Amino acid sequence: MSIEINGVTKRFGAFLAVDDVSLDIPEGKLTALLGPSGSGKTTLLRIIAGLEQPDSGTIRLGGQDTADVHVSHRGVGFVFQHYALFKHMTVFDNVAFGLTVKPRRERPPKGEIRDRVLELLRLVQLEGMAGRYPSQLSGGQRQRVALARALAVQPKVLLLDEPFGALDAKVRAELRRWLRRLHDELHVTSVFVTHDQEEALEVADQVVVMNKGRIEQAASPQQVWDKPANPFVYNFLGSVNLFRGRVHGGQAMVENVRLCLPEMKSDAESRPVVAFVRPYDLDVSRKPFAPDDIAAQVRFIHSAGALIRIDLQRSDTGDAVEAQLDRDRFRELALSVGDTVYLHPRNMQVFVEDYQI
Amino acid sequence: MNGFVWRQPSVLPGFGLTMGFTLLYLSLLVLIPLAGMILFTAKLDWAQFWAAVTHPQVMASYRLSFGASFIAAGINAVFGVLVAWVLVRYAFPGKRIVDALVDLPFALPTAVAGIALTAIYSTTGWMGQHLEIFGIKVAYTPIGVTVAMTYIGLPFVVRTVQPVLEDLDRELEEAAACLGATRWQIIRRVILPSLLPALLTGLALAFARALGEYGSVVFIAGNMPYYTEITPLLIITKLEQYDYTGATAIGTVMLVAAFVLLLIINGLQWWASRRH
Repeated sequence: MSIEINGVTKRFGAFLAVDDVSLDIPEGKLTALLGPSGSGKTTLLRIIAGLEQPDSGTIRLGGQDTADVHVSHRGVGFVFQHYALFKHMTVFDNVAFGLTVKPRRERPPKGEIRDRVLELLRLVQLEGMAGRYPSQLSGGQRQRVALARALAVQPKVLLLDEPFGALDAKVRAELRRWLRRLHDELHVTSVFVTHDQEEALEVADQVVVMNKGRIEQAASPQQVWDKPANPFVYNFLGSVNLFRGRVHGGQAMVENVRLCLPEMKSDAESRPVVAFVRPYDLDVSRKPFAPDDIAAQVRFIHSAGALIRIDLQRSDTGDAVEAQLDRDRFRELALSVGDTVYLHPRNMQVFVEDYQI
Repeated sequence: MNGFVWRQPSVLPGFGLTMGFTLLYLSLLVLIPLAGMILFTAKLDWAQFWAAVTHPQVMASYRLSFGASFIAAGINAVFGVLVAWVLVRYAFPGKRIVDALVDLPFALPTAVAGIALTAIYSTTGWMGQHLEIFGIKVAYTPIGVTVAMTYIGLPFVVRTVQPVLEDLDRELEEAAACLGATRWQIIRRVILPSLLPALLTGLALAFARALGEYGSVVFIAGNMPYYTEITPLLIITKLEQYDYTGATAIGTVMLVAAFVLLLIINGLQWWASRRH
């Protein structure tokens, strides 16, 4: 079931949590709401679920306005960051809860509930755990119980609030891949909130980047990564180096690197620009290739991991710069702390005020 | 096997001192007086003891004391949860005053409470004269005893349930609502089971308090033998008649009964909290 969000605003006292947000969430897709804490992503999710009332704006589920539909009748499954399992019930009773609270007319017979619950537990790979209490499970298992519980009522929309936020890194990575596979099996329209860009980019079909209650960009992971709409999105998706320069008559000068910007040709004025360079888009060499290369000194080498991260300090301005090298290149250069190297940006993303080039 | 280790090395010193003091304290205040009472009772032989503690007048007082205490604790369990709910979940003007009112039965001398309740519920009192119309007599009947016991037991349930209710995760209710549960189903299947261990503790405390209560009950009870005579009063009566062994015999029965009941309630509590 598709979700249409139209002009939704929500305030908590003086704090503007969600600011006139409009967004279409396509049916059957997995959408990520990505943003730093306080960006309004959880509030937006809770408004979709009906756990919060928007001050203005509408939510339509499958084309139907939900203003007067209570949360218990919206047909949404909601998974909480801290699981919110019923501690006094077994895993079985937790998963069965949504079925057993149905009015007597709609409630399936006991045997059917049993079959359904056991099937869901198989789906979330928790067979044989039906008789346990939540306190006897690990974090990852609890979250899977919470997911099975939400799925038991066959929701039209599945909403997950930082579902893996409370888990450790390895379990997180496993669970999010598993969630993706599960989604491909079930095809239920799903929205999940995360502050982890890696998680959003890896799992989602559509990534919605939020900041200060507004949507900065809504696009596919590929597009968000390759064509970030603005400096915020670019910055948020990963560590970056920032360089300053000017654009004039279709040509930008950033750190003595001349860039052709044909889109800006008509612009006669000289404007300041900022250029972002990802750490892996910086060439590092012992000798300058071109006169415009940036001289910098090696400050620290993080040599654990697939890529070697190097903290550098520019010799001219003293600004910090981060570069990433693969292991072969690092060995070839044989860098150590204190060495002077030359940097050459291979790929820049240039932003002029509000324009994107 | 290492067997039992008396103390673990710890950054917090003082196990010996605090444990020693605790044992001394409990011995002086609880264990020695109770042991003395039982020893004193032992002066009676079995037949005498049995005759003293099963006298019809004493039996009637047991029924009243235990029955009224149990009813009072039950009433407090229901309304105590309600009061705690209102105090935790809603903001209203005068909330702090209501919160303080709950503790008043703790602070007020019980005799004062007894006199006040008697004045209000006697057939000429504010409440009593209206209830009289319906043929309900409160003062000088077992109902009056129950009223006094309810009054002194109120704070226990409220104060044990309140912090648990405050800590109860709102997300549990939201999760239940998302799953289609109605308000009543959420209360019955999610909130009340979470409160059960605390509620049982409050119930046990209120019950124990009501069972031992003397000051406020004797005024409103009227103390008619076989009708509104509570067991503690009977003990006092025996003491006034210099029947010390008779008094301690009944006291021993009360002690054992209270102990067994508290044990049962503790068992229930363990059963309820085992799953958390």
